[in-house]
Amino acid sequence: MTGFLLRRLVNYVVLAFVATFLAFSLASITFDPIGVLQQRNPPPPAATIDAKRHDLHLDQPIPQRFFTWMGGVVQGDFGRTIADRPITDELGRRVGVSLRLFLLGITIGILFGVLLGVVSAIRQYKFSDYFATLFSFVVLSTPVFVLGTVLKLGAQNLNNSIGDNVLLFTGETTPGFEGSWIASLLDRVQHLIVPTLTIALGQIAYYSRYQRSSMLDVLGSDFLRTAQAKGLTRRKALFKHGLRTALIPMATLFAFGFGLLVVGGTFTERLFSWFGMGDWLITGISTQDTNVTATVTLFVAVCVLFSGWLADVLYAALDPRIRI
Amino acid sequence: MSSAELLFDSADRPAPTGPVLEVHDLAVSFPSESGRVRAVRGLSYQVAPGEVLGIVGESGSGKSVSSLAVMGLLPPQARITGSIKFQGRELIGLNDGELSKIRGKRVSMVFQDPLSALTPVYTVGDQIAEALLVHRGAKISKQAAAKRAVELLDLVGIPNAVERAKAFPHEFSGGMRQRAVIAMAIANDPDLIIADEPTTALDVTVQAQVLEVLKTAQEVTGAGIVIITHDLGVVAGFADRLMVMYAGKAVETGQVDEIYARPRMPYTLGLLGSIPRLDVGEKQPLVPIVGQPPSLTELPPGCPFAPRCPMEVDACRTAEPELVDVDGSAEHRAACIRTDELAASDTEGAEAAVEIFGAEVVEEAPIAKVPREERKIVLQLSGLVKHYPVTKGVVLKRRVGTVHAVDGISFDIREGETLGVVGESGCGKTTTLMEILNLQKPMGGTLSVLGQDAADLNAKSRKAIRRDLQVVFQDPMAALDPRLPIFDVIAEPMQVHDLDKEHIANRVPELLDLVGLRREHASRYPAEFSGGQRQRIGIARALALNPKLLVLDEPVSALDVSIQAGVINLLEELKAKLGLSYLFVAHDLSVVRHIADRVAVMYLGKIVEIGQVDEVFDAPRHPYTQALLSAIPIPDPVKERQRERILVTGDLPSPANPPSGCRFRTRCFLHATLSEDKQRTCVEVEPPRQEQGEDHEAACHFAQIRQVL
Repeated sequence: MTGFLLRRLVNYVVLAFVATFLAFSLASITFDPIGVLQQRNPPPPAATIDAKRHDLHLDQPIPQRFFTWMGGVVQGDFGRTIADRPITDELGRRVGVSLRLFLLGITIGILFGVLLGVVSAIRQYKFSDYFATLFSFVVLSTPVFVLGTVLKLGAQNLNNSIGDNVLLFTGETTPGFEGSWIASLLDRVQHLIVPTLTIALGQIAYYSRYQRSSMLDVLGSDFLRTAQAKGLTRRKALFKHGLRTALIPMATLFAFGFGLLVVGGTFTERLFSWFGMGDWLITGISTQDTNVTATVTLFVAVCVLFSGWLADVLYAALDPRIRI
Repeated sequence: MSSAELLFDSADRPAPTGPVLEVHDLAVSFPSESGRVRAVRGLSYQVAPGEVLGIVGESGSGKSVSSLAVMGLLPPQARITGSIKFQGRELIGLNDGELSKIRGKRVSMVFQDPLSALTPVYTVGDQIAEALLVHRGAKISKQAAAKRAVELLDLVGIPNAVERAKAFPHEFSGGMRQRAVIAMAIANDPDLIIADEPTTALDVTVQAQVLEVLKTAQEVTGAGIVIITHDLGVVAGFADRLMVMYAGKAVETGQVDEIYARPRMPYTLGLLGSIPRLDVGEKQPLVPIVGQPPSLTELPPGCPFAPRCPMEVDACRTAEPELVDVDGSAEHRAACIRTDELAASDTEGAEAAVEIFGAEVVEEAPIAKVPREERKIVLQLSGLVKHYPVTKGVVLKRRVGTVHAVDGISFDIREGETLGVVGESGCGKTTTLMEILNLQKPMGGTLSVLGQDAADLNAKSRKAIRRDLQVVFQDPMAALDPRLPIFDVIAEPMQVHDLDKEHIANRVPELLDLVGLRREHASRYPAEFSGGQRQRIGIARALALNPKLLVLDEPVSALDVSIQAGVINLLEELKAKLGLSYLFVAHDLSVVRHIADRVAVMYLGKIVEIGQVDEVFDAPRHPYTQALLSAIPIPDPVKERQRERILVTGDLPSPANPPSGCRFRTRCFLHATLSEDKQRTCVEVEPPRQEQGEDHEAACHFAQIRQVL
């Protein structure tokens, strides 16, 4: 098993490399940072433009540019942004922001999504099931920025009725906030509640649908009946034998859901002014910055591939039938 | 049994008095789109301590539903009325928590499908230990429960139990899983074990082993057993009393011997007459029970069996008969207003069934009178080989082994003849069949159909040969496209072979007549037909092109007994009428004895014995054939109790790594009794097929006749 996972990892390094190369090439072909410079008014002197072109390695063919950049990446240097700031420092900061924003939301989403799905399945065609179904479809059909805006409005109303700003929804912390670590933790929590809710609601809606159907498959199974026949109560049999087995197909969803959300939460990040990875990709594209775009792509590739790997590990942990 | 007794110390329990289980006027109904389905309608029975009650009936008779009601395992939408008393305590109305204290401790259950009965994610040992832990709570430590689980596995005959307890269910074969389920069921020394078709999903050799284990379990625990089955053979030697169910009610109850010898309800009589008998040599007429069991949503007044009953009179339609004492004995009761007339008739048992249901022996075709050597060969296999590679790796595939699915088999089928191929699952029956249908050059050996070698065929001649070689599959539900009306289903082979529309339009109704279906039904869809009718549709499709050879892959094993008899009779009639030859693959040896002229017994990709059916069944030479035959239960309690079973140990070895020399030696009872150098012969030399008499060959170094029936 370990050998299998190691081989997988090696394959993934190759795949990540290819994905990044493609993103880098596409960005290099479409972006025209010099064009932006030339349109400035008054136009900068030709020498400045040439110097910039040289700085950005635009005088080299694309593969060479890529390998120059990649050479840096291997040593932990992701190059510089178009505004000539080191990417590596910002990468660390932005990954941190994204993780702080999404970890909690995803965890809550998975936990409650599974729970809601199980309850729906056990009480199929009861009121709670119809309610959960309605909730899921409403949330799933609402774009994230609408959902986020509605929640923001709700939070604002709540703040107004309390008469104090309890729920904050701009940025990660209050700028210039100072106080003990407890106070600053509280400040962070106040900022986290509304965005977390935005993420969690979508995740709950998504996972609960899958969990419901996978649980329904298990509900009619013979082994659940055997478990009850040997003296387990229905509830205990459902959780110990039923849910445990119904979680197996969910492992892949969890792993990929996590990997994709860390970089796919662009709208959420922008809406709540958290400057994480999703926001960076938009910034990178709008400033025609090849290095930033390639860096974010590499990060996405690593996340997705790691999720796939994690899914394999989870699967093997959950299902003895596929252990090699 | 001493270790077993140590396991089950029942001294601390007072000896039970009175029946363990008393079911009174039980009724179960479910809501459905077409109204309430009354699955059980007023069922009463009792089980005494240590007694074995057999419940027999076709699918839909309410036998499983009634026992799930006892366990309290019916879905919540089921409506249950009446009374179920276990050791005097009423079970109906108890909540899940209270029932769970009884389930698995006092009453336990063994289910039909062992493959899905165990949770795939926990080890077998853990699942057995769980049964102990859940009832004894703090009184037993986890280690003690695990140790006990190993002892229980050992008791039910799992070799190397310490190691095997750590295995997951998917690492167990079907028979081993069923043993594990039985171990779980007896873990808490219950007073009642309900076994719901415990052997239906298993091979005959494994079925015999599992029944043996159930017997041991009963001896050790002293529990009463309710065994539910549709197979009258299984209960004949095992049960003390029998209850026959039809349409949610008991229609006959009594001592096993009494019911088999003197059935007093026409349905029971029909059931007994519909089973082909392994122990009857001459052609025996099979009793088909016409029609279908009634729908349980709207039962008309009167006896529910009346529409299918040959003895039906007007009075049958007025009121549903109650169970009444038969021959003045309260022990034997039947629900029929004409029991007295049955009692007055001169014949009994299967003979009476034949008389009352008017079954006839199907006339043989004229070709059958021609000596075998003078008839044309329609199919010939010589040394046919099919190996599958076992590969490893995704990118760089490499061969790490070979599955010897079919390893050099030879036989021929002559015109107008039926060859039965029998053997356990995994012996290569289906592979052989697929190789024949494939019509490609085999990996080894030769295959020729109607005198044409498959190796010489091109696409066109192959298609031409397919006209003469047709197939009927096992599962009639899966073999028909649910989206095609049956006219199109039957017409398809003719369209493929470019027959003109007019011919097809005439031929389809003709074929429907031929297989006993109604012409008007041609526009209906497969879903509107019952299993037996669908199999008839499958047969009609196979006959559409007037083939010479039909390949039948377990054509009746998915059908209820009463329906099965009708399909077997149909196949025999068609063969006689159309001069067909059959290659009949089956695991049910009774059916093969009934329908086949010759039989080939396969084991691990080889034919171990082949010959005329009566010859092979009456004087089997190969130990495997003897064991197979001995494993089949005979629906006759007196004979069945006297028979001595030859038990084949263990499961089929992996065909990827077959034993050297004789492949059967690892499970052979004869091998174990041989002297050392004789054993060496078995290990070193592969036994060739040797002539054992007229048209009878067996592949055993030490072949000797042994009567097992």
